[in-house]
Amino acid sequence: MTQNAVPSVSWIVRNLWLIPVLPMLAAGIGALLKAAQRRLAATLAIGSMSISLVLALIAFADALSHPVVQIVNFHWMQFGDQWLSLGWLLDPLAAVMLVMVSFVGLLIFIYSVGYMAHDDNFTRFFCFLSLFAGAMLGVVIANSLLLLFMCWEVVGLTSYLLIGFWYHRPAAAAAAKKAFVTTRVGDLGLLLGMVWLYAQSGTLLFYNHGAGCLEQGAVAALAAHVTIGGMAVSTAIGLLVFCGAAGKSGQLPLHVWLPDAMEGPTPVSALIHAATMVAAGVYLIARVYPLMSAQALAVVAWVGAITALFAACIAVAQNDIKRILAYSTVSQLGYMMLGLGVGGVAVGIFHLITHAFFKSLLFLGAGSVIHGCTEEQDIRNMGGLRRFMPITFLTYAAGMLALCGFPLFAGFWSKDAILHAAHGWGLSRGPFYLGAIGALLTAFYMTRQVYYVFFGERRTPEAAAEAVVSQHHGEECAVADPHESPSVMTWPLILLAIFATFLGFVGTPAWPWFQSFLAGQHVTFSFSGFSEPGLLSLMATSSLIVVTGLLLGWWFYGRKPILHPTDPDALERLQPSLFHALADRLYVDEFYGVTVIALTRFAAAFSAFLDRWIFGGIVQLISWIVTGLGWLDFSADKVLVNGGFDLGCRELFVGGRLFTRLQNGRVQNYLRVIGIALVVLVILLLWGRLG
Amino acid sequence: MLAWTIYLSFAGALAARLAPSKQAARIVALLTALAGLALSLIALAHWHAGDFITVTRVAWIPQLGIEYHLAADGISLTLLLLTGIAATAGILFSWNIEHRTQEFFAFYLVLIGGVYGVFLSFDLFLLFAFYEIAIIPKYFLIAIWGSVPRDASPENRGALREYAAMKLALYSFAGSALVLAGMVAAWSFSHTLSLEALAAYPFPAHFQMWAFPLVFVGFAVLAGMWPFHTWAPTGHAAAPTAASMLLAGVVMKLGAYGCLRVAMMLFPRGLDPWGFHVLGLGSWREVFALLALIGIVYGASVALVQRDFKFVIGYSSVSHMGFVLLGLMTLTQIGLDGAVFQMFSHGIIAGLLFAVVGRMVYDRTHTRDLNELGPMRLAHVIPFAAVTFILAGMASIGLPGFSGFIAEFQVLLGTWRAFPWMVFVAGIGILVGIAFTWRALIKAFFGERESGAAGHHESCPPISLPEKCGAVLLLATTLAAGLFPQVLTNLILPALNSPLFRGLQTGAWR
Repeated sequence: MTQNAVPSVSWIVRNLWLIPVLPMLAAGIGALLKAAQRRLAATLAIGSMSISLVLALIAFADALSHPVVQIVNFHWMQFGDQWLSLGWLLDPLAAVMLVMVSFVGLLIFIYSVGYMAHDDNFTRFFCFLSLFAGAMLGVVIANSLLLLFMCWEVVGLTSYLLIGFWYHRPAAAAAAKKAFVTTRVGDLGLLLGMVWLYAQSGTLLFYNHGAGCLEQGAVAALAAHVTIGGMAVSTAIGLLVFCGAAGKSGQLPLHVWLPDAMEGPTPVSALIHAATMVAAGVYLIARVYPLMSAQALAVVAWVGAITALFAACIAVAQNDIKRILAYSTVSQLGYMMLGLGVGGVAVGIFHLITHAFFKSLLFLGAGSVIHGCTEEQDIRNMGGLRRFMPITFLTYAAGMLALCGFPLFAGFWSKDAILHAAHGWGLSRGPFYLGAIGALLTAFYMTRQVYYVFFGERRTPEAAAEAVVSQHHGEECAVADPHESPSVMTWPLILLAIFATFLGFVGTPAWPWFQSFLAGQHVTFSFSGFSEPGLLSLMATSSLIVVTGLLLGWWFYGRKPILHPTDPDALERLQPSLFHALADRLYVDEFYGVTVIALTRFAAAFSAFLDRWIFGGIVQLISWIVTGLGWLDFSADKVLVNGGFDLGCRELFVGGRLFTRLQNGRVQNYLRVIGIALVVLVILLLWGRLG
Repeated sequence: MLAWTIYLSFAGALAARLAPSKQAARIVALLTALAGLALSLIALAHWHAGDFITVTRVAWIPQLGIEYHLAADGISLTLLLLTGIAATAGILFSWNIEHRTQEFFAFYLVLIGGVYGVFLSFDLFLLFAFYEIAIIPKYFLIAIWGSVPRDASPENRGALREYAAMKLALYSFAGSALVLAGMVAAWSFSHTLSLEALAAYPFPAHFQMWAFPLVFVGFAVLAGMWPFHTWAPTGHAAAPTAASMLLAGVVMKLGAYGCLRVAMMLFPRGLDPWGFHVLGLGSWREVFALLALIGIVYGASVALVQRDFKFVIGYSSVSHMGFVLLGLMTLTQIGLDGAVFQMFSHGIIAGLLFAVVGRMVYDRTHTRDLNELGPMRLAHVIPFAAVTFILAGMASIGLPGFSGFIAEFQVLLGTWRAFPWMVFVAGIGILVGIAFTWRALIKAFFGERESGAAGHHESCPPISLPEKCGAVLLLATTLAAGLFPQVLTNLILPALNSPLFRGLQTGAWR
């Protein structure tokens, strides 16, 4: 590997590779450790991650002072008659992602020390986690679609290993398989897009001093080239790449693996299936943004918007605390895609960053709850936890408000930017309405969850408690009161909560620092940012939507405490008395609320039905068809090909038998044959003489 | 010096046969294989890109223009390395052979010597002779030490083994017959059998047009080309572990190597368009590319429904060898490079997969039935085997970082230039490949425990040291080739661009 580093790039850019390599190294060493060397394993992982964070911060500072794309490329191998190069890059987008991944990663590493303390495979867990972090950081700094793809697949592999970490549970092994196979379906699209891109442009480097595939010349050439159906080649490649992104980021219809992935340990859900890996798809689209034509982006926007609403509907009807968050993640990823499709890189990535903080906070909070309640995950069996776990409760509330987009919390600014961009989208208003309804539902389902978990009285019936007594901490199965988690777990929560609350201020309309940074522009502070036409009224509307959602949630779940785990859901109870409610209170708001919620209920059920039967059914059908074809081919092999072979052999055998009869050792036969041959020979010779 | 790989193997075979004890035979075999590997590695270390090394060249049957000509170019050396590694690993994985041990290793080393000979021969007759030498021991390895399904009745076992062994031998010899016919025909023109001279000889185009498919099919039978592939799964499944590893790892490469070194190198005009179309196909190139593509998808889909663990891997070999043949038929530099890379990569990975199935799992559980393996939950009993299989499976489905990815990616890039639509179909094959690998993995290692499941696996012996060494050797090789592919492409590409292959270097070659 020859390195042709440009001397002008700074020290940190030249050594940027250290950021992903350090955690990978920690993983490599961790793999060699013995299971008993827990402290060493954790120290290695956390130590390498800390150094990576420091380096990421230095890189971030560098990107602040030089907000351009800085690259280092090197030759990797000869590919046909040309060199295939790999490389890494630093630009504002990569810098932001680097800091986010390493910071959230570090906090989750620390948290895991507490959460996994009782697990037998603690060492292995940190090995996988480090490998994941290294690969994810590699995805972020890759300056080549090929290198990105390589890291991307390692990320998928570690995700597989971590989902199936408790592989003694068949559900976990099955979920891991589902996740791997589903995302690989998307990755195949990415692979094909990559092959196509290489065939067309002759390079897989993103930037290479004007010769990269994302730079002017190549992009113009790709857009000018037309393929099947009058589609520009760049659109086709963009859509194939989006397949990969959709698989990783759980977009419809490839989202099915993400809720199941919650079988993994909760820190894994937080790090991989909320903050970083699932965001890799969004990051990929942002990275190849110059390649994405308007048509491709329209597809991205629509898929994102539909996913956002669809998943939010399902989240309303879930009872598993992590599953609600999982569907919520799918929904938020939809928003990010929507943001990329309608508003550009900054809009989508801003939401990615804020979401990473508040969603990992929520997952870690959920983990803290699960930990405190002895592995209970059903929200109907919780309740009243705010008294037992005050820190968890407060931080969870901050995360919940940020997720709902409550004014001034982080999610408010980023989600609002998406809705604003969708509102101004030239092609259609559809995605905007889908997104707005999704926002309402988000507030509603989060309120429902918080009321179920933290408010009211504790509802752990003995029977239920005994049934769910932890499967892997078998020894401590007494039904104890829930307890607050140790400080190694609460401190990350507090830090994340601070970010979830205040992070949004880096990207407000008055001071759009984040957006300007990504675009490489200077930023000024001025309240005139708010005076853009329609912006304030849109903000007011979206605030109203959020507050409506919160109030609806309170109306159904907060007004009367939920007393018993077996009580039917408030929505369930309400539905038959729809007309009573209408007759008793003719408030229009309430009327809307009830119809909307009835509709929501229906939509949720319908979506769940779709998820379960239609998408599941399609998958089932395809697998039947494929299996059937396999059987068909197999029987063809067995009957035709083998049969033909066997028959041929038998013929040969019979033929051989025939011939053996000639060689039966009877001298008179030989003599007879020799005699006949002699006669024939003589006749032939005579014939020749005469002729 | 490379010639000693052959002589040492044959000498080692003799020594192993005469060895006073089983352990001595094992050690002799291991040392022989290691010596062969070391010789190849030394050659690699001294290699300069584009080298063509003549090892020995003496007249043998001068009347017929036949020489004893051993030589190596980059492609040969790549496959010599593969043979060295696969042979060493195979011996490590057959450490537990107790039945007629001395004879086993003797046959094994004869096979290895024949394979080395094929890869080093630069005379067609010599190549053919070594090719035949390699076929004979395969028959005995399967017929004597073969494995059969557990439910086979005792009197049936020998028959089953012999069926597989005979099938394999007959397919091989049928292929050889075609090759022989092509060889004789070529000699009638050129009156020499030196590959260098033949490569430069201007055979008439119409002759090449029928000689090429003859010889290509003859060799492709051994490369597992659909529809001549059925010897492969049966043979792989019935062979003892080490022989399966060699069959899939090296012997199938003999066929692919012959396709490239003989059929394509000598008769390049046979790949030209016919000038008319039959069923939409306009040249032998398109015909064989299509057969390769069918093999990719077909092999994978059949592997998806197998209950026998070894058959899953056997059919996966058919699918992966399809990539080799497809790469060859792209007639692009990158596609051919990918094809040779895939020969190396598949040799290593298939060896590893067979080692897990045949040695680590079957020798302990005595069953290959996936439905019976499931309840044993082998991931708990022999976690090392599970981890090895996960990694080998990853490598097999073309996960970046492993050698399979580099190979398949290059083949796909070449295919994109030659037959773009085939890339998408091959993609389906890759997807089904993921499905069957994971199905086998989950079924074999992570099944659900049934109440009252047989508990005999509790007494599974742990994974032994030779097994661990073999697995690490193969895993390290596939990782090294995946991360530093330049080591191999440095060998392969200059060889492909040498004058030997000038007949292919036209059209879309660049």
